[in-house]
Amino acid sequence: MKPPLFEYCAPRTLKDAVAMLAGDPGAMVLAGGQSLIPAMNMRLASPARLVDIQHVDGLKGISIENGRIVVRAMTRHRELELDEAVFRANPLIREAMAHVAHVPIRNRGTVVGSICHADAAAEMPMVLLATGGSVVPEGPRGRREVAAQEFFQFHMTTTREPDEIVVEAHFPVLPEGAGWAFEEFTRRHGDYAIAAVAAIVEPSAGRVSLAACGVASRPVRLEASEQILAGAELTPERIKAAAEAATDAVSAPDDMHATNAYRRHLLSALVRRAVVKAASRAK
Amino acid sequence: MSTRAFGARVQRNIDPQLLRGEGSFVDDIPLAGALHVAFVRSPFARARINAIDISAAAAHPGVAAVYTCDTIGELDREMPLLIPHPSMKDARTQRPLARGDAYYVGQTVAMVVAVDRYTAEDAAALVDVDYDPLDVEIELEKAILDEAPLVHETHPNNVAAHFVQVSGHPDKAIAGAEHVTRVKVRVDRSTAAPMECRAVAATFDRVTGELTVWDGTQAPISVRGGLASILKLDEDKVRVIAPHVGGGFGQKVLLFYPDELLVPYAAMQLGRPVKYIEDRRENFVGSSQERTQIHTIELYAKKTGEVVALRDSFLHDTGAFIPYGIAIAQVASTSIAGPYRIPNIWVEFTAVYTPTVPITPYRGCGRPQACFAIERAMDQLADELGLDRFEIRRRNLIADAEFPVLRDGLLFADGLAVSLDSGQYGKALEMLAERLDVDNFAAEQEKARREGKHLGLGMAFYVEGTGLGPYEGGHIKIHPITGKVYVNTGLTSQGQGHDTVFAQIVADQLGVKVEDVILVEGDTKAFDWGVATFASRAAVVSGNAIHKSALIVRQKTLTAAANMLEADIGDIELRDGAAWVKGTDRAVPLAAIATATNPLRYAFNEAAKAATQFAPASRHDGPALAEGQHPGLEATDYYSPACATWAYGVHGAILEVDPELCSVKVKRYVCIHDCGNMINPMIVEGQVMGGIAQGIGGAMYERIEFDSDGNLVNANFVDFLVPYATEVPQVEILHLETPSPLNPLGVKGVGEAGCIPVGAVIASGVEDALRPFGAGRFHQVPLTPSMIHAALAAA
Repeated sequence: MKPPLFEYCAPRTLKDAVAMLAGDPGAMVLAGGQSLIPAMNMRLASPARLVDIQHVDGLKGISIENGRIVVRAMTRHRELELDEAVFRANPLIREAMAHVAHVPIRNRGTVVGSICHADAAAEMPMVLLATGGSVVPEGPRGRREVAAQEFFQFHMTTTREPDEIVVEAHFPVLPEGAGWAFEEFTRRHGDYAIAAVAAIVEPSAGRVSLAACGVASRPVRLEASEQILAGAELTPERIKAAAEAATDAVSAPDDMHATNAYRRHLLSALVRRAVVKAASRAK
Repeated sequence: MSTRAFGARVQRNIDPQLLRGEGSFVDDIPLAGALHVAFVRSPFARARINAIDISAAAAHPGVAAVYTCDTIGELDREMPLLIPHPSMKDARTQRPLARGDAYYVGQTVAMVVAVDRYTAEDAAALVDVDYDPLDVEIELEKAILDEAPLVHETHPNNVAAHFVQVSGHPDKAIAGAEHVTRVKVRVDRSTAAPMECRAVAATFDRVTGELTVWDGTQAPISVRGGLASILKLDEDKVRVIAPHVGGGFGQKVLLFYPDELLVPYAAMQLGRPVKYIEDRRENFVGSSQERTQIHTIELYAKKTGEVVALRDSFLHDTGAFIPYGIAIAQVASTSIAGPYRIPNIWVEFTAVYTPTVPITPYRGCGRPQACFAIERAMDQLADELGLDRFEIRRRNLIADAEFPVLRDGLLFADGLAVSLDSGQYGKALEMLAERLDVDNFAAEQEKARREGKHLGLGMAFYVEGTGLGPYEGGHIKIHPITGKVYVNTGLTSQGQGHDTVFAQIVADQLGVKVEDVILVEGDTKAFDWGVATFASRAAVVSGNAIHKSALIVRQKTLTAAANMLEADIGDIELRDGAAWVKGTDRAVPLAAIATATNPLRYAFNEAAKAATQFAPASRHDGPALAEGQHPGLEATDYYSPACATWAYGVHGAILEVDPELCSVKVKRYVCIHDCGNMINPMIVEGQVMGGIAQGIGGAMYERIEFDSDGNLVNANFVDFLVPYATEVPQVEILHLETPSPLNPLGVKGVGEAGCIPVGAVIASGVEDALRPFGAGRFHQVPLTPSMIHAALAAA
């Protein structure tokens, strides 16, 4: 478990970082390294060049602007989780982040790194999707914004181009009066989700947003369930119907941690619990 | 030192060093200019090897050597069969580097030695092996079918061994039975997952001709013997040291892993120190595993619930090779009747080759499987006869007055008939019932159900044959300068606390503080008679050997002190590091006695000055040492147990099953445990607790997963689910102390105990919780959420 030889670059400016990344087709971005370094040690990833962005100016910190929580690329999980202003702006984030691995990993790992890694069972890509967020990749052709819905393509595959660095993730603040909930089941504390659900209930808009991870080849919006709950009173029967409708979102085959049938059953239970809890928190 | 150290909750001597990070493990041994090893391992579960091209790897910068089976001289041979048995024909063991065939994914095919591990791994990737992959069958029950592909051409149906044992007259008893309960159960494969993986480092001194090997092994004396034999060196020219070792659990006593031979060989060949530090993935695919057994057990009973006969037939997965012979299956088969009287037993097993990582004992060694079979069957028998699970056991447990109970015809792993020596089984069961308030549980369960919570009570009893021979020794010397007591034994420690418990034994006999007794083990230069650390045997075998040696040193000390103090030997007492004339303030420190018993004194030390104030330690005419007299206060003695001594216990749990999440939460876990006299209850509890944590792993989380091609697909700690502290429940441990009549200290082993019944407890509890759903029975561990879901869906 030792990586093969690689070139290490530690640029100070974003311009240099983008140039270094674009300059070698075998280059990869290193942020917190909580996924990439183990993958390199196991020789599952063999980047010819690592572009370490931790010293790049302007990639640190969090700000809340124009109804969005802007999380820059080198923001560690733990910073976002413990940020009081973020908690006030969107408490769903902290609730979800308690499930992201373990504290030592959250101390090193970055939010944007997790989003770019795009593990289908990871919490943060799913939260970005549930909140209707977006990411901002920057490359040689400039900067663009990509909605979460378009960003996540497949397990560990996104629409980021190989020469782009995602410099920001944008999480919308929770709408006024909305309720939120995050429900997850793992075999062990801190593991990737067998299934997890985020719910946002907006009574004034008659809208319920639901997303799940761990159940398909990427994080998914539970649209069938959302439609059942849209504009309607959240009666137990309706919630039950929405929970049952969610099971169709499960496309993960049987694997060593869960059968497909169990995941369907589990997702349904998590949807029901998340909607009930989110509705109880809504004003 | 008026209070007894034996039996006290003495803090562990070793902890400050380990907790400060001052431990010294194999990888911490500084070896200037050391070369590092990486292995080329088979990517196929079964393959013919047509050719191995090492040219690119050998030419890679920084590579010192690349070895294949053709270039390792006398090491190119099948490794030893450790425990032969007539039930096996032509038992197959592994070669250090594959010759002609590969038998499992991970088998070592070539060894690269380079300036560092990075370079070695780079070069290993350049070794070009031409394989022809062959068909495989991984699933145990299919591997014995006629059409299954063979692991070894020599073994039809992949049968490695077949053995039947009989105790009593089962046929006759079965004919007279009024009820039969039949259960098929399965325990899956796990791995020890020690915190420190295995490691070997070696250096050869051409001037002295001495080979020194640091090996994270449980058995340095045996490793030394093997190396000396194969490398044709005098035993005293080979020194094997097991320094601090981060957990073993049986995995580190194979004799030999390929690296244990190849690393010293390379060090001798290359004239430089060589190091192999196994990484976690290699530990998964290259170091031994254990557990898969499928038992079909039948209990023949009277209507009263009294079990008159037991039949058990099981398949045992031995992996690609069978270096330990039938040891695991034999322990399982001889433990199958558990703590029950059952006088008539028929037990059969078939050990089966599968093209997977070889199987050798892992903490529990067949006992968790046997316990799972008998305890699940007992629960079912209770249900079928309309009896409570405690009541069925009350009616079958061996009564105190019935000990010893001989199971004639069942030969344990030491080759001797099973003889359960002592216990208070009934009392243990009542303690559990009381602690869990079993009488009121049904009402509590019903109340919880009305609130939508599904509680279950699980329980299981177990026995454990411990303290196997053949022998261990103990050497004790009181240091003439400091008065400290040095103790040597042939064991090794992987974190058990030997240094503390053995010190407690010695401290009482010599009247010294526990911290002034220093244990040295795991170094063949310090003591080289003995066996190894395994089979819950350290306290029993080395403990009693050290005790016997301490009695001799005590006697020598008393005799010398009586002479020095000019008092009667009966008036001497040893306490506070000195010998005292009872009832007076006249005393001589142990250091002074040790000095006085050595005819050569060192005038510059305090003990020597003190010694001169007293009469001579020995009174005789003639030379300084009388005929037969030895200098100093020192002795070596040995202990060889007549047979195993049987510990036991009963565990119970209250757990909650969430039928929506299909999750299990253990709310209470109670362990009643008896390992005879406890040397240190705190260390006993640590052993039991650690065992239970591993048992929770086996019960609910840990399963080695092979795909149908034989790839181990969860060879990492993301997917192989070792429980964290968050998954291990609080455990309430209650002790019983029924002395073993078989050894002077009255002790029994405790190392493996905790893990044995946990799977049965959890399955019993989940079954109880889900009874109202008609979810049926749970006969497989680890018991997963998917299995609970399947059971509920089928109900």
